Parts: sequence; C-alpha cells; structure tokens
Amino acid sequence: MSGQPRKRLEVEELGDIAVVNFLDKKILDEQNIQLIGEQLFALVDNDKKKKIVLDFSNVDYLSSAALGKIIALNNKVKKEGGKLVLCKIKEDIKEVFTITRLDKLIKIVDDQQAALQAAS
Amino acid sequence: MTDPASDTTAFDAVEVVIPSDPAEARSVQDRIELSLAASDASERDIFCIKLALEEALVNAIKHGNQLDLSKSVSISYQVLRLSFEIRITDQGPGFDPDDLPDPTAIENLERPCGRGVMLMRHYMSDVEYYPPGNSLRMRRDFKPKQA
Repeated sequence: MSGQPRKRLEVEELGDIAVVNFLDKKILDEQNIQLIGEQLFALVDNDKKKKIVLDFSNVDYLSSAALGKIIALNNKVKKEGGKLVLCKIKEDIKEVFTITRLDKLIKIVDDQQAALQAAS
Repeated sequence: MTDPASDTTAFDAVEVVIPSDPAEARSVQDRIELSLAASDASERDIFCIKLALEEALVNAIKHGNQLDLSKSVSISYQVLRLSFEIRITDQGPGFDPDDLPDPTAIENLERPCGRGVMLMRHYMSDVEYYPPGNSLRMRRDFKPKQA
C-alpha cells in the first residue's frame, strides 16, 4: 500500500447522504489540506454524492486554506444541485465561520441529526 | 493595551531565519506554542495566536517567497508577561494589505481565498504592515487572569 496518500477523512453513508468525519484535529498543514480537498472533491466527482454532511467534532484548529477547500466543495455540490451541511463545530471554530460570514453561505447546524435533516 | 515598557519579559527575544519550507515554519510554531503554554497566556490567547501565526507564515512562504527554497523568512518574536509580539519578513515583492478585496462582501463569499489577513486582524490586538508589504508586526495582549 505504499504510495497511497494517508486517509484524512472517514466517510459513512447514511442513505444517499455522505457523512464525513475529519481525522485531523488540526487542519492547518498545506499538504494535509490539499489531501483533504482531493478526498472531499472525490466524493462529488467520483462517488457522485450530492448530499454531504461535514462533522467537525474532532477539529480544534483550521486555517483559511482549509476554509477555501470547504468553499470550493460547497460550490461543487451546489453546481450538482446538492446540499452541503456542517455540524458539531466547536465554538472557537464556529467564530471563524461567523467573522468570515461563511455561515451565510454554508448551512451550519449544531448536531448530526439536524444536519441529516437539512441535507435530505 | 499593554505598555511594552512596563511588561516584564517572560522569555528572551528569539530571532530565527528559515528557508521557505512549511516544515521549518511548523517547527518555529511548535517552539512558540511551548513558550506560550509556559506563560500567562490563556487557552483562548494561544488559539488566537496559533491561528494568526499560521496565516502569516503561510502568506510569507507561499505568497511572498512563492515556496522558493533559496529565499528565506526572518522571524523575531517575544513572549512577554502580558503579551506576545512577532515580526515576520519575507523576500517577496510585498503587497498592499489595504487593497485586498473584502472577503465578506456578498460577491466575494464564494471565492476560496483571501481570508488570511482578515483572520490575523481579528485574532491579534494589532497587525501592522511595513512597506513594501513584505514585513509585518503583530501583537496580542493577553487577557489578565483573575486573581
């Protein structure tokens, strides 16, 4: 298996919704962010998922480069007529979405149940 | 605001010059985090500084020096009793920080980049750029802990 990029995401399929958990506590490193972006985009491009829930319960830090990947994923999902919903974001991280006003662009809810409802 | 003259030094000032390599930047960030953890900085202070530092170093290495390993980034910082201050200088052409499009404007919300400087300004007490825009100094004042 050498040469395979390390898995950065855990994806669970609940019906037609892909629920994604981040395996990294810190989404900061440029290389990791690149891999996370590729693995998120593959859900839409390869696996043809249109409804995606991102669960942030494991995430303690994220940078503007990581925000960029989430925005790009949102644009991609929207283009396919799907929905992207974010949930379980810690308060410090939620502030990042609020001050950048990305909470106006992307649906953010508290728990996974609400996220599944919003995505379906 | 903290008056630096009255702020007792908690740690010696540190000056380092690193190549434009994110791994080298990470190592400096780890050292700064260790110093902050041993200071009076709160968890919130450390969160804010880490986030701003990440943005500033990525800007210097990626946008300033274009990941050119022959170019370096100069970093000098000091953890004081009541504040943290850092100056970061790259060897790029610089930019005008006041000329950046507002990333929170409706027409820019879907743009995937351009939020780093805004985050730095939000999370630090003061951020100042020096012409031609390839050097910045930023400071965060710690919230005094309750006695």
